[in-house]
Amino acid sequence: MSDDMSDTQDVRAQAAEWLARRDRGPWGEADQAALEAWMAQSWANATAFWRLDAAWNRADRLSAMRSAPGNRLLHALGGHFTPVLFRAAAAALVIAFAGTAAFYGLQPGENSYETTVGGHETLTLGDGTKVELNTDTKVRVSQDRRTVWLDRGEAYFDVMHDAARPFVVMVGEHRVTDLGTKFLVRQNTNRVEVSLFEGRAQLDSVGNWSGQRSATLTPGDVAVATATSMSVMKKPEKMLSGELGWRRGVLIFHHTSLAQAAAEFNRYNRRKLVIADAGAAHLTIDGTFQADNIEDFARLAQLVLGVRTENRGSEIAIMR
Amino acid sequence: MTDKPETDRNDADPRRRSVSPTVSALQEWFVREVLPLEAMLMQFLRRSGRSKSDIDDLVQDVYVRVCEAAANEIPVPAKPFVFTVARNLLIDRLRREHVVPIETVEDLDALGIAIDMPGPDQTLIAREELRRVQAALDRLPRRAREAVVLRKIEGLSWKEIGQRMGIAERTVNRHLTDAMHALADQLYGDPPDFRKKPDVRRKP
Repeated sequence: MSDDMSDTQDVRAQAAEWLARRDRGPWGEADQAALEAWMAQSWANATAFWRLDAAWNRADRLSAMRSAPGNRLLHALGGHFTPVLFRAAAAALVIAFAGTAAFYGLQPGENSYETTVGGHETLTLGDGTKVELNTDTKVRVSQDRRTVWLDRGEAYFDVMHDAARPFVVMVGEHRVTDLGTKFLVRQNTNRVEVSLFEGRAQLDSVGNWSGQRSATLTPGDVAVATATSMSVMKKPEKMLSGELGWRRGVLIFHHTSLAQAAAEFNRYNRRKLVIADAGAAHLTIDGTFQADNIEDFARLAQLVLGVRTENRGSEIAIMR
Repeated sequence: MTDKPETDRNDADPRRRSVSPTVSALQEWFVREVLPLEAMLMQFLRRSGRSKSDIDDLVQDVYVRVCEAAANEIPVPAKPFVFTVARNLLIDRLRREHVVPIETVEDLDALGIAIDMPGPDQTLIAREELRRVQAALDRLPRRAREAVVLRKIEGLSWKEIGQRMGIAERTVNRHLTDAMHALADQLYGDPPDFRKKPDVRRKP
């Protein structure tokens, strides 16, 4: 076949015909047998079909964009996208809605974005600054796109530095000012954590009664600020990068107690892990886990730590 | 593919002929290990100054030879094997055409891709995968893209797609088969990062 230049096009066209026939349906056993017979004629036929079939299957990923508001879609509260528009406009709009372009479609003014439990979205602001929202997170973005309020949750910032227009993240009574950086900000009950990955940033407490506390952060620094205190420590790079596992959909634990691990998983899942006795809580675990799969984690804990697990419907209990 | 392995027996007792893969194992291996190399393979072949259709043919020939060999025993790791096959095919081709002096052929390794260079990440996580597919979809012709969106996102049947788009079913067929080709080319053959800088030389 290698002598005939038109063969490849021809074989691929035939493969596409088979794939289209199967996709259109109905597709019975006789059809399947005919396809297999065609593929058995040559490796060229078989590989051409496998190639198209694999690509076409990969396009199934797109079904994730089917309206799954809990999981995929970012709620652009200030925006003017509506379900009606969504239905009426075809492909281009669908892409815009799921992609970062959603931002540009919004009305001027402050805009609000949130992810639900298990969600993960990236906003690209006008100047190329990226804000990546972790699970259960809410941010507001100012009209000039240089101030972001982290109202809830955790976000990773990759900032395009502009000395004339500093980029500021407000978290409760704390302000993080970028000096050319990549950093992570996480809001917990009563405390704010800022981890700096690249460049420099300044953290200020701006509350009325907290006093004026400030710290300049350099790479590897993790600052913890509460209403009354601020501390900065260096973390080893390995541990620091572990904090960004969620950007790949995983949780990374280094000597993490089972209690902490469970708390982490619970941020990402509706079904919760419950540590049912103190003996189990202090066991430590290492490894990288799929953030959205607490069942696997529970199975593994059972195996590695010798704990017992109990399935209670909306939660999984772990005990010694 | 006349020497197709006996699939059933292999499935039943993998120990009996452990080296010969079943057809479905072969397909799974081909999709997982070989197809992701297509972009790199095309880049390798492009360096040798082949035309586009020539490259498509060569890629197809590489697949055929790789599968012929893999039907007896799946080569591990796949990548050096695939590129050795590609290199030998290219040498055959050049010799036959008497276009390039043989010395030049000896320099083929210098053409580019180091065989031990890390392959594409085969464990692309779901989100990145979705982004790639979206990017590929974005580059389809408008009507083909619309048909794919209706099929894959809205889950409509072909008949419903025809009604929604106001076109005959055979036109739906044309759009979707166009899309199948284009998606395969973009997801495997010609991803944007390779297209942007085709002249970047990778050192071994």
